[in-house]
Parts: sequence; structure tokens; C-alpha cells
Amino acid sequence: MIQVNNLSKTYNNNVKVLNITNLDIPKGQSFGLVGNNGAGKTTFFSLLLDLIQPSTGYIKNNGIQVNTSEAWKPFTSAFIDESFLIGYLTAEEYFYFIGDLRNQNKADVDALLKKHEEFFNGEILNSKKYLRDLSKGNMKKVGIIATLIGNPEVVILDEPFANLDPTTVNRLKKIIKELADNPEVTVLVSSHDLVHTVEVCNRIVALNKGEVVKDIETSPETLKELEAFFAV
Amino acid sequence: MFKHFIRLEWKSFFRSASFGTNVVLKVFMGLIALYFISMFLLLGFVIYPILEDSGLNPFTTVNKFLIYYFVVDLVIRYFLQKMPVMNIRPLLTLPIKRNTIVHFSLGKTAISFFNLLHAFFFIPFSIMLILNDHSVVTVILWHLGVFSIIYMNNFINILLNNKDSVFYSVLAVVVGCGVAQYYKVFDVTTYTAPFFEGLYNTSYLFLLPVLAVVAFYYFAFNFFKSNLNLDEGLAKKSEEAKTENFNWLNQFGTLGTFLKNDIRLLKRNKRSRTTVIMSVVFLFYGLLFFTNSIEVYRNPMFQIFAGIFVSGGFLFTFGQFVPSWDSAYYQLMMSQNIQYREYISSKWWLMVIGTAIATLLASFYLYFGVHTYLLIVVGAIFNIGVNSHLVMLGGAFVKTPIDLSTSKQAFGDKQAFNVKTMLIAIPKLLLPMAVYSLGYYIFSPNIGLLFVALAGILGFAFRNFVFSKIEKIYKTEKYATIAAYKQKN
Repeated sequence: MIQVNNLSKTYNNNVKVLNITNLDIPKGQSFGLVGNNGAGKTTFFSLLLDLIQPSTGYIKNNGIQVNTSEAWKPFTSAFIDESFLIGYLTAEEYFYFIGDLRNQNKADVDALLKKHEEFFNGEILNSKKYLRDLSKGNMKKVGIIATLIGNPEVVILDEPFANLDPTTVNRLKKIIKELADNPEVTVLVSSHDLVHTVEVCNRIVALNKGEVVKDIETSPETLKELEAFFAV
Repeated sequence: MFKHFIRLEWKSFFRSASFGTNVVLKVFMGLIALYFISMFLLLGFVIYPILEDSGLNPFTTVNKFLIYYFVVDLVIRYFLQKMPVMNIRPLLTLPIKRNTIVHFSLGKTAISFFNLLHAFFFIPFSIMLILNDHSVVTVILWHLGVFSIIYMNNFINILLNNKDSVFYSVLAVVVGCGVAQYYKVFDVTTYTAPFFEGLYNTSYLFLLPVLAVVAFYYFAFNFFKSNLNLDEGLAKKSEEAKTENFNWLNQFGTLGTFLKNDIRLLKRNKRSRTTVIMSVVFLFYGLLFFTNSIEVYRNPMFQIFAGIFVSGGFLFTFGQFVPSWDSAYYQLMMSQNIQYREYISSKWWLMVIGTAIATLLASFYLYFGVHTYLLIVVGAIFNIGVNSHLVMLGGAFVKTPIDLSTSKQAFGDKQAFNVKTMLIAIPKLLLPMAVYSLGYYIFSPNIGLLFVALAGILGFAFRNFVFSKIEKIYKTEKYATIAAYKQKN
């Protein structure tokens, strides 16, 4: 589904923040990206969403080169950070707005929200709050559910577990596993948390200073291997 | 302790985003400050002889209008002077006494430009008074009194901050007084002037404002200190939200989707509401021209200039920041399946609606005759046909992120200053002025109007061309725009 070819990103001061020669993510895979701060996880996702320009190479999403065509947008959805939320909307308005852009009618969106009612824990829908006034955790919940609108084939979540309470983390894991079980959906998740990532992903890539340093299929030994790698 | 604070202030000033970005802007801001300083200085020196020449007693006249001077000062402060609040959050958990923090924050406002500026008027004016045989001691007493009032304003403003209801009711009373005075119904200055005179005539009255400053400092101090918690004074204000679906807009498809959001954008954010208020002010701008109160403005070129502004206030203030209005969530927009064309036309329609409403509201100009109102109507046609496109074309080059939650930016402390935008701005006003004068002088005023209207209608023909052009700019500038919007102020 996603092919990375000779991709690199260098900033003006000659710092190479990302350098991936070759990476192939097949359709239906649940793909976990782990690494320390500054490893290049967000840079990779930003490149995948064509929010920044690659210095060399390219990414193809379902055969479409992302920085030359926009045809990947209809089947790709992402939540990177709060700048993906529109602060002056209520949660419902935001969901319907995304729904409109993804050709979903109100009933479709309502059905999806109904399904994930538990995830919101009663704090978001009808809360009489604009998104800008929600707590960080609740903002994240809104952003994550919004990525599920319109049955996307590629779902990108940057640090989805951060800022969430333990119960919500477990609920989120369930949601991601459900997505991962669907052979039509490719999920990309990044995280600092090795345990969570190992639990929901069937393949894990570790980045360090922009380079791929580990690429492993998840197995019972994976967690140990990763922990050893990141040990101090 | 204060040494550390001062060092922090110094760094925050020189490292702020608005200061660091570009040299042109720095020079520009410096020039504006210099301009105000020199205007005040000049005024301070020349107001005495000018008033004397027109047969008025300068000192009495100044005292008479001083009350309005102070009120205007307060209004300007309310809109522009920044509160010293937000940047003390990180200090709260450090081992610093709360009193010290509050004293410093209040003290910092004392040296703000809004206070110092007045010195450039009052000091030369006082010098002129002394040179014209007023006694030195009493002038100094008067001076002390006046400056105490200026500082009182400074602290009142802190107490008033964000209390819109209080502020607007005070403003209404004052405007009422001004109108009453103009129509000679009631003259508030007969009550206030003796007070300001008294500052000079007596040796004790100046103590009143001095004591008032001390009192207001004390109030501000207590107010500030008791609110120095993250959940009270330092908390972000939030309002109760109501979901609005605007279902009637659904019939317009994607265009409707964007329009819905734009309406919410205008309604729910401080910054964009300021835009709406500004366009109402523009509505009355024409009075300066059509009442014939200013000699130069009777020129036909200026008449059409007014017509453009009266109907186009919203178009100009809103349009120049498309797409910056969406800067906070631009990354979302760029990763969603968004048709640029629909996005652009939604903003365009919003400007058209705004212009149409302004034109309707401006119908009170019919009082000045049909020709005057026609000036506004053809101005509106030109605005919709030509200026709406130009304004958006200019906006496409603006890469200043907009902080929707504050209105303080609206008057341009770090306004988008951009050579391309400037160049595009020129024809917006000069073109209709030229076209109108052409028709006016060669044929008749009505032909002049016709010319402007035709130019506006002609502009429609280029709509698609301009939209594609803007679309192209959005695409080629995409990465630069995203990067620029990411920079927080």
C-alpha cells in the first residue's frame, strides 16, 4: 500500500532528520513506528501526508506519489496533533464537517459516533464546549475518532496513546486492533510506548536519528528485543 | 529579583516572533512609533499658538476637552494595550513571592508606550505654558495631576480588561455625552473643565488624582493578586458552546460545508468579530466625505473612494487574510480531500454577502441624495467584481498566522506586511478613482458612475481566471505556508 523510495529530509542547517532507503508497507498491515524524541516519526508522517517536502525520494500511497498528485486524500485519514482540530467548532460540528468532506451524510457519522460512544466517556458529545476548551486527552479522542469517518483505507495516528487515561488507552487499543483486523485497512501508529505498540501492531519499525534500525514482525519475543535495544 | 525579570523582558522583546521576522517590518514599526511621537511633540508645541490665534484661551480650551482626551485614551488602551498576564504563568511555581510578581507585572505596564506617548504632548505643552507667563509651580502641579490621571487610566484598563459589558456601557455614556455636547443639549465639560482648571488654580486639588492613582494601583494589585491562579485570572476564558447545523446551507454542497464553517468562524472568535465591528466602522467612514465637512474630500475622486470603503469594509478586512483565517488548522485542510475551488468560492461568497449587507445598511446615505447612495452602490459592484478578486489574490501571499482568540492583533502590530500584497492593493482604490474621474470630467457624474459599474461587471469575466491563479498560488506555496502557520507568536 505504501512504498518509500530513497526518502530523505534535510533542513537548511544540513541536519538530516530522516533517511529511509526502502520501506514497503503492504495493504492491511498494522504498522508501528517507535523511536526516541527526534527520531523522525512525525517527520515521516508529515512527508506521507505531503505537509512537508522531501529533500530526495518519494512516497507512494496506493501507487499515487503523494507530492505530485492529491488523489490519495480521499482514502487516507490522519491525526497528527491538535492543529488537526478546528478550535471554534463543537465536537459534533467537527465530525459533520469531516463527514461532509468525506462524502458521508449525517446518518453515517451519527452511526459511527454511536458505535464509539463508550470511547468518549460521556465527556465530549453534547458537552457544550468548543474543541479549543477541551482537555488535551479529550481533544485527542475527537481527533482519533474523526480519522475513522468515511471508511479510510489508510489511517495514520501520531502518538495516539499519549495524554490518554489508562481506560481510554485500552479502549483505543481495541479500536486499533479492530482496524488492523480489517484486511482493507492499513494502520500506521507511532509511539514512545513499546508495550502498547507491540500489542496492536503486527510489524514494528524502530527509527533512530532518522534511520531505520529495526524492522521486525511482532512475535512473543519482540517486546524483549525492543526493550533491549532502547535500554540505557 | 527584579534584575532577572528585566532580563526576561528584554529577551522576550527582542526574541518575539514579530520582532525577529523581518527587517522591513522592524523599520516600519519603528517609523510608525516615530511618527506618533513626532505628531504628539508637534501638537504639544503648536496647539498653544494655534488656539491663541483663533481667539481662544489655549489653557482653558485644552482643559475643556481634556475629559475626552482621557476617555479616548482609555478606549485605545482597552483595544490595544496588552495585559501583562499570560507570561507570568511559568513564574508561579518558582520560589518568588506573589507580591513581587504582581508588583513587577503592574510596574511593567507603567513604562508602556501608551503612557510614555502622552509625555510627548504634555511636556512641550507645559513648556509653552511656562513660556507664556504661566507660573512654573502651578504648571507643574497641573502636570502632576494630568499624569496621575493617565496612570489611573492605565490601572483602570487592567481592572476593565475583558469586561466587555462594563466597557461598552461606559463607552455608550461617553459617546452620548459627546453627541449631547455637539447638539448643545448638555455639556459635560462645564462640569469637568473646572476640575482641570482647579489642578492649576489651587495648590491642593492635584492631590486628588495622585491619591486616585495610588488607590487604583492598590485595587489593581489586589485584583491581580487574588486572581493569580490558573483557574481564575490566568485561565483562558471559555464560553458555552451551542451546536449550530445551518442545515439550510446543505443545498449548496461542498460550498455550503465551507460557508457553515466560515459563519461559525466569524461568530465565535474574538479576532474575526473585530473584523465585523471594523466593517461597521467603515460604514460610517463615508460621513466624513459626504457631509462636506472636509474641503479636500469634496473632490469627485474622493467621493468614489468613500463609496468603495463604505460598502467594502468587510471585504477588505476579511479578504486580506484568506487563507490565514484557517491557519490554526491548515494542516488538517491540506490533508483532507478539499477542493480548492470550492474553498475559495466559499470565501468569495462570504465577501459578496458582507458587501451586499453593508450596501443595504448604507441606505441611510440616501439622506445625502440619490447620487451619494449610487456612489456606494457602484462602489459595491466594483468591490464584488474586481476588488474581491484582488483582495484574495493579495491574501494568498500573506503567510501570517492568525491567532483567532485575541483581538489585539487586529490593528496591525505585526500585520502582514508584504511587498506583493502592497502592489496588489494599489489598483483596489486607484482604479475606480481613475475610472470615475475619467467619466466625470469628460462626460458627467452619472457617466462616471456607469464607468465604475461597468469596470466592476467586467471584473466578473476574469473570475475563473483569477480563481485558477489563486489556486495555483495555494498549491505552489503550500509547504511554505504550512511552515509559516506553524510558527506560533
